Amino acid sequence: MTRLLAVLAFWACAAHAQLAIEITGAGAQRIPVALVPFAGENALPPGISTIVRADLERSGLFRGLELPPIVPEPTEATNINYAEWRSRLADALLVGSVQPRQDGRFEVRFRLYDVVKQVPLGGVAYTLGKDQVRATAHRISDFVYEKLTGEKGVFSTRIAYVVKRGNRYELQISDYDGAGAETALASFEPIISPVWSPDGKRLAYVSFENKKPVVYVHSLLDGKRRVIANFKGSNSAPAWTPDAAKLAVVLSREGGSQLFMINSDGSGVRRLASSTAIDTEPRFSPDGQWIYFTSDRGGTPQIYRMPASGGEPQRITFEGSYNVSPRISPDGKTIAYITRNAGGKFQVALLDLSNRQVQILTDSDRDESPSFAPNGRMILLATVINERGVLSAVSADGRVKQRLSTAAGDVREPAWGPFIE
Amino acid sequence: MRAFWYPVMASALLFGCATEDQKPAATAPVEAAKPASKPQAVESKPVTQVQAAPRSGIGAFAALKDPNNILSKRSVYFDFDKFDVKDEFKPLVEAHAKFLRDNATAKMLVQGNGDERGSREYNVGLGQRRSDAVKKMLMLLGARENQIESVSLGEEKPTCNEHTEACWAKNRRDDMLYGGEY
Repeated sequence: MTRLLAVLAFWACAAHAQLAIEITGAGAQRIPVALVPFAGENALPPGISTIVRADLERSGLFRGLELPPIVPEPTEATNINYAEWRSRLADALLVGSVQPRQDGRFEVRFRLYDVVKQVPLGGVAYTLGKDQVRATAHRISDFVYEKLTGEKGVFSTRIAYVVKRGNRYELQISDYDGAGAETALASFEPIISPVWSPDGKRLAYVSFENKKPVVYVHSLLDGKRRVIANFKGSNSAPAWTPDAAKLAVVLSREGGSQLFMINSDGSGVRRLASSTAIDTEPRFSPDGQWIYFTSDRGGTPQIYRMPASGGEPQRITFEGSYNVSPRISPDGKTIAYITRNAGGKFQVALLDLSNRQVQILTDSDRDESPSFAPNGRMILLATVINERGVLSAVSADGRVKQRLSTAAGDVREPAWGPFIE
Repeated sequence: MRAFWYPVMASALLFGCATEDQKPAATAPVEAAKPASKPQAVESKPVTQVQAAPRSGIGAFAALKDPNNILSKRSVYFDFDKFDVKDEFKPLVEAHAKFLRDNATAKMLVQGNGDERGSREYNVGLGQRRSDAVKKMLMLLGARENQIESVSLGEEKPTCNEHTEACWAKNRRDDMLYGGEY
């Protein structure tokens, strides 16, 4: 009985703590897709097709068509009448089925069709346990997204973020949509600056549990964590090299806030650059050739870059007196960062490195910590709405906007994880 | 406007539900058996929760707690975008420098803080500039380098939580803590 009560208490808590997504803007041209409920999917609530529909619509690139009940239920094995689906205004069609297996697991099969070109685009079969419905549906969404847009989908990726509630801080990991949140670290002191290792298995972050900032690397699977930078003074702002062998960190051990490199096991610390300014928030370009960082060497905080091997920094941002938190897009062509405008609003800006054009992407006013989706399409960020910290996402073209919030607590410091094979 | 709410994985531990003295507890990995036939197995990636434990301190000196002694005062406030110790706080820093000079075994942690505006990591840098300033002054007045550690808490530990200049001014602050007090 006690055990049952504990479980019920847990569920009651879980419900109010869940991140929920609200779509606040969508793309102009959305591909109409007919997502037919998979035959037999009632065995796996809330239903594969329901999750796929939510995924695709949330991307801002698709519109799930409202469909009347179709008899007999089409499945991946049904012959498709393209003209009929075209008359329903579908550009694409997804059909599938769910079958229970002898071993208690299930088998999901699906097939995707291009209704305009009248060709099948392929399908996959998956086996899954009852607790893997969401993961399976996200994989199907990834398949649909990639076939119809030519880009990889991010529906199977995860995000990390920090929830503050009272004096308690939790580093949480969830699916990209906020579902399935799990706590990796709970503390009564702040946690900031989580960054995913390139393989998605570890997080580096800064924890203040020792009354000062210390950099840790935390293995998510077994919860083992290692102090990688706890030198005298402050240790902060970790950034992985693309090969995961090293991290750039900011240390004050020699005075000021300066850039250092350190091996991912905490050995081999060496100074990367030397200035009398604050040099912080390092990030490597995807090819590993450059380090972008924030520095106030010119009098105001601006974004600079320098060769990863060391060398003379070049200033990158020139508009405005406060440009911080550079994040390089996965293709290396643009930089998202936080800019303070003349009215004192902190907003996400996107800088095109080829032509130096700057676009402001958000209309909120206390934005922090932008983080690119691994396909570069969306940018996750922290902002404040009605005095509460929330996560929000905006597409790199500024058109699609979403908000993720919990019913309780402040959410901040988002980091979008890499693609997982 | 649409809101989507989802059930969470049973292994999730969420705030408010976990007890304060949680031991690291391994959550059972979700079973992801490899099927013998063609279909691909879908795997979940569990996360193991860890509870961070603060470090404990040791005893302190009595003079530091006496409310009539200037040494009981520990905070130095800074102007916006300024990092020099203002004249009004110099007697306080001098008193602590003398205490450190006279008590070679005493150790001090100087925690620099900044206001909430802007980047958290840049604010760690600004707080460090403030704590380095007090450390430097303490050393000029005779404290030893190995007695003092200057660190930054950035914008993470405000003493005042309103979004006003009066409040931000209280948060642009160094706190001087002795061994055993943090």
